[in-house]
Amino acid sequence: MMVPLDSSKKISFQRQICDGDLVIVYERHDIMKAVKVRSGSELQNRFGVFKHSDWIGKPFGSKVLSSKGGFVYLLAPTPELWTLVLSHRTQILYIADISFVISYLEIVPGCVVLESGTGSGSLTTSLARAVAPSGHVFTFDFHEQRAASAREDFERNGLSGLITVNVRDIQGEGFPAEHSGSIDAAFLDLPQPWLAIPSAVRMLKQDGVLCSFSPCVEQVQRTCSTLRSNFTDIRTFEVLLRTYEVRESKRADTTVEEEEEEGAAIGPPPQKRRQCSSTGLNPCSAERSSSVTAKPCATARGHTGYLTFARLGLREDQNAKTE
Amino acid sequence: MAEDASTATSATASAATSAAAAAASPIPRLAWEGCSVLLDANDGDRLVFARLSPAATLKIGNKKCSLAPLVGCPFGSSFRVESGPNGPFLDRFVPSTLDNCAQDIADGQLTDDQKDNRSLVDNNTAQSLSSDDIDTMRREGATGDKIIEALIANSSTFGKKTAFSQEKYKIKKQKKYAPKVLLRRPSTRSICETYFKKHPARTGFLRVDTLSLLLSMANVGAYSDVLVVDMVGGLLTGAIAERLGGTGYVCSTYFGSVPNPIDIVKMFNFSSGVCSRVVQAPFNDLCSSQSTTDELTIKSDEKADRASSNEPFVQEEDSLLECGDEDNIPAIQKSIKPGKQPSPETIKYWKENGFSSLIVAAPESKVGKLVTDLLPLLAYSAPFAIYHQYLQPLATCMHKLQTSRMAVGLQISEPWLREYQILPSRTHPHMQMNAFGGYILSGTRICSSEAFDGIKK
Repeated sequence: MMVPLDSSKKISFQRQICDGDLVIVYERHDIMKAVKVRSGSELQNRFGVFKHSDWIGKPFGSKVLSSKGGFVYLLAPTPELWTLVLSHRTQILYIADISFVISYLEIVPGCVVLESGTGSGSLTTSLARAVAPSGHVFTFDFHEQRAASAREDFERNGLSGLITVNVRDIQGEGFPAEHSGSIDAAFLDLPQPWLAIPSAVRMLKQDGVLCSFSPCVEQVQRTCSTLRSNFTDIRTFEVLLRTYEVRESKRADTTVEEEEEEGAAIGPPPQKRRQCSSTGLNPCSAERSSSVTAKPCATARGHTGYLTFARLGLREDQNAKTE
Repeated sequence: MAEDASTATSATASAATSAAAAAASPIPRLAWEGCSVLLDANDGDRLVFARLSPAATLKIGNKKCSLAPLVGCPFGSSFRVESGPNGPFLDRFVPSTLDNCAQDIADGQLTDDQKDNRSLVDNNTAQSLSSDDIDTMRREGATGDKIIEALIANSSTFGKKTAFSQEKYKIKKQKKYAPKVLLRRPSTRSICETYFKKHPARTGFLRVDTLSLLLSMANVGAYSDVLVVDMVGGLLTGAIAERLGGTGYVCSTYFGSVPNPIDIVKMFNFSSGVCSRVVQAPFNDLCSSQSTTDELTIKSDEKADRASSNEPFVQEEDSLLECGDEDNIPAIQKSIKPGKQPSPETIKYWKENGFSSLIVAAPESKVGKLVTDLLPLLAYSAPFAIYHQYLQPLATCMHKLQTSRMAVGLQISEPWLREYQILPSRTHPHMQMNAFGGYILSGTRICSSEAFDGIKK
């Protein structure tokens, strides 16, 4: 279960992998796979054949061996891991945008949230965690098959109690009237978000927050001019992540820094080794040591989309003293 | 930082009403007496946390205004300083075009605006109205808007400015002559942004996107038991408590005898239910007897400190005014304050089950030692996120975790956040941006087989 709905479902030393659980099979930080555990099943990858029956009863986070002696780790699913393993039916949102959207929309447990489109359900899964246990996410996609696949995923991940997927063209029809005035936050990832804004205005509670995600600045431009008639606090951001790679370089050195003692004893990991020159050091007093250095990774996502946030303004008719 | 205006000690009927409303909606939409608010004067020029106690006041310019008119108003309301028979007061108004006028005039005409600054000469003669003239107007009871009108009428260059810079001029004058106050709801977003803007050092320079990432990377949600080292004033603890919504726990741990201050938690308007989930415990209480199952637990030499640490966190006089009519609420629930010590049963539960997340924001601490101390308290497969201002300690820590096989999925990331001005034909990134949001080391704790065998025995 990706989002615990009671305290017995959360991750703990006592939690063991059971038949029917979803696990994330971790090979490397960039090679992971979601697998449903079935006692008669097997997983085959470059490390060999893994029997699911060997996994059952082990704690999450365990290292498990294949027939050939290769190994993988079995992790409990989280929305972040799910984002890395889900099948891309559309372009998806990643952790930097997702985390910022949840905070900036001020979503807390119990909130009722609208989303369109559902896409591959990457953001939806994080929205579900944020509103759990008592809130709800209503998500809409005009693509019937995509909506069905997303619904299956949510069911498989134990999220169907938190998420309702509907097929609907939000740009054309707007959000269903039944949600009028009851929505804490709304998220739009649509090609023409400005078409859905009048409907979002009717859905949101006073001071509720809307977010629109668009890759192109022309879309943002039009969205913002539409937002201006009903919203305040309109702000547009771009959020990105720069990742770093860490290496240990062997060098001759005269001093061993305190924090490196352990690293030197165990030795560098095989993939991360790099020789550095030791010019300028006195070889007589030199002692073999290691130093850990970091540099930014050369490849990165340069752009995902612009995030525009806006707060529904208060209208004249909303009298201050009435509830 | 809160210019906290005196203390409100008794819960009132209005607070009870709001509490009832809060049960239906997770986000309070109206300010109530005794609640904590964020006051935004002149679009972020000044940001002040205040508590709406009956006697609370706010000084705007040289005028002192009572905050009483704010009680019962929806968050998002705007107020103007007006003069009345009993002195200046805050008057609620609904901005006509929602303050987006700069953009409204921009639509259409601005694109073709051929004006530029060739004829503007900065010789201080453009304004023919002297400060004495303005003082006279004020004495005669002119409103701020009237003064601005006069300033525009007497400016020889105003007409030559582009529509965009005319608007800028008006905004500048409005701030000076017709100050306004926006009533905002304190939330993780608004509190984090306020501190980052006004007192970043007090919250360890934690930027809102970085804080958001910490919460996501550590999988914080309902029923999480989050272990935290919060040396950012309670901002992190409060942000986690907000995500827990009265389930699970956020346990702020500390080394030595003095708990880390978590005063910022009090600005969130948390209910007693949420506050009871915010606890503080010394590291030694959490880790004893854990060492049998975890090879990396380092025996702490701070046992001596424990005796004195049983009385944690001296609350400020300013009490957290909690929702509810005190008579109607069972004694146990009465005025629960955040930061109590967890019960022995809870600590025992954590020792047996482990925490489900770990977040560290300890800018001044040796992060490597902290992480090797704390990671064994984390359940297998539980994620963690470590914030730091410097890269090297995180790189060293990451390498240590890799080689000791304590964690997988290790990654150091640096968030980058840029805000844009979006206007027709005038879209560009903001001229000023914050260039550094710190570094995060994230990963997932794994079960080394030796440790698991240890448990089985």
